[in-house]
Amino acid sequence: MFACIHLPAAPPAASKALRDCAESFSPEAELSAPHTILFDVSRLNLLYGGLSEVAEAVARHAASMGFEANVAIAPNAETALIAARNFPGITLIPEEAADALANLDIENLPLTPELWQTLEAWGIRTFHDFARLPDTGLAERLGEAGVYLHRLARGAVDRPLRVLQPATQYEERVDLEHSLTELEPLLFILARILNDQCERLQSHGMATNEIHLVLELENRPEHARELHLPVPMRQSKAILKLLQLDLEAHSPPAAVVAVRLTLKPVPPKHVQNGIFLPVTPAPDKLEVTLTRIRALVGERNVGVPELLNTHRPAPFQLTLRQPDTPLRWTDSPPAAPRIAFRYFSPPLAAQVQLDQGRPLRLAAGTIRGNVITSAGPWRTSGDWWSCNPWDRDEWDVSLNDGALYRIYRDPKAAWFIEGTYD
Amino acid sequence: MNAATALAATLGVRSEFKIPEFLPSGLPSLDRIIQGFPRGAISEIAGPESSGRATLVHSLLASSTAKLEVCAYIDAGDAFDPQSAAASGVSLSQLVWIRCGHDAEHAFKSADLLLHAGGFGVVVLDLSRVSDRILRRVPISYWHRFRLALENTPTILALLERDAQAKSCASLILELTRKQAIWTGSPGFHLLREIEIEAGCRKPFRPVTASFQAAALG
Repeated sequence: MFACIHLPAAPPAASKALRDCAESFSPEAELSAPHTILFDVSRLNLLYGGLSEVAEAVARHAASMGFEANVAIAPNAETALIAARNFPGITLIPEEAADALANLDIENLPLTPELWQTLEAWGIRTFHDFARLPDTGLAERLGEAGVYLHRLARGAVDRPLRVLQPATQYEERVDLEHSLTELEPLLFILARILNDQCERLQSHGMATNEIHLVLELENRPEHARELHLPVPMRQSKAILKLLQLDLEAHSPPAAVVAVRLTLKPVPPKHVQNGIFLPVTPAPDKLEVTLTRIRALVGERNVGVPELLNTHRPAPFQLTLRQPDTPLRWTDSPPAAPRIAFRYFSPPLAAQVQLDQGRPLRLAAGTIRGNVITSAGPWRTSGDWWSCNPWDRDEWDVSLNDGALYRIYRDPKAAWFIEGTYD
Repeated sequence: MNAATALAATLGVRSEFKIPEFLPSGLPSLDRIIQGFPRGAISEIAGPESSGRATLVHSLLASSTAKLEVCAYIDAGDAFDPQSAAASGVSLSQLVWIRCGHDAEHAFKSADLLLHAGGFGVVVLDLSRVSDRILRRVPISYWHRFRLALENTPTILALLERDAQAKSCASLILELTRKQAIWTGSPGFHLLREIEIEAGCRKPFRPVTASFQAAALG
């Protein structure tokens, strides 16, 4: 048996008080709306003597909290919910739910506008009218949604409560007996915390993609680090390595006196690889590898290239994420080879001798030669409305040694070699 | 049973003959003479500027990413152009790009980490903008280490450079030369249309060369 408390007129912040009210009768409650709560009262008649006594006790308790509540007790949650919303005071529906709900208007069912119009056209006005319709014919005409509403009107929908579980915290704090100045002993403590928390994650079927580490320091403010993982992980060794690399790059400025580690739980990523798909790097191993490389070359220099929708020179950026591992073959035909371009970074300052406005000789460091063929100028400009405009005349040139370069002249008439066609 | 097999059997050495696997370069004329790039080995692509080295590497990356493999480009000279790579068919979302900021040591260490992590189809180590003075100082043990890391894996380590460096550790050495650049239009109104490249295979030696064309970006 299920009880439902509905507050027809209640302040907006009533849901917490309503939950307290329900939890004083049952530990498992479903807050189906801000002013409506459902809970299981199956065993309470043993305590109170009967269902009516239970309903009265619930109403009394709600009244003591300052609420004028509708209380309904029914064999299933949905019937209790409909009854509490539509009947004032205390309603008891011991068994025959269909009879109790018979006179209710069908507007009290969760109908879509189309279904409502259909039922209106059929002359269906009450739950009783709707409940009398034959199951098979209704399924043929209104489909699965119609059958569900029909069962709802007959008070025959039996479902478990959607109980609100408090979120499990994956957090641990360790106060150290002696302050630590070295990273290695700190890693032993982190390893122990991570082993425990990752085991808990695994036992709950969860993983983590966000790690918060707070190191409390001696005579200094806290040293907080956050790691955002591209894929959910629960391997303590991999997470420990990532934390080690992060702490090596951002070491605490003073001795550590306490450690607090929090893992944000998320569902793990499940990938079913095909038998004919190639082996790709394991995400957790790849992340550790990329983090090691980031520690070498800088955080902004490792990622996946991404083209930008702009006519600006060098229209790409490096996105700091892991590469995709597609699971489906594409049927696109192989692209014909295109001339690759390679940049000089930064562009090489050059001296260009002109002849009738066209490059005749090019010199930049070790690159020297006569221009044999040139194409240009290709004048491009843009973003003049922003603080980062560009404006240039580009040329493609081939020198007498056969090398092909893209050169450009900026608005200050300075020449640069942007790169080479290779 | 030949003599080598008999000796191996006598000494109790397990014979591990493996059929080498190749990844097509995406250029049929080149694949006809080299079969493709050998997996689990070092391949060197050497040549001067504008000799089509990067074009060949892009084609190789396109061939690998089309097989749903994940690739890596270790850019020692910050020279990689994703736009022309994408035009050649490289799926950029499957490519890890590592910019080493002209630091060859970082490039070598990154390559070592990637090869030991495993799972990549092609790892390109672009050394073409690293000076010869620095490359001459690279100990041969580096290349041996790379070769051992690659053994029994499907990964290809493609070195893009001016002159061959790994030499005895490489299974394939290609030397590219530019044949000609083809321009369209009349004098004064030229447009680069395509370049023609010649590739010779120095290791294993092939007496014939392959020619291929690459069109300019549209």
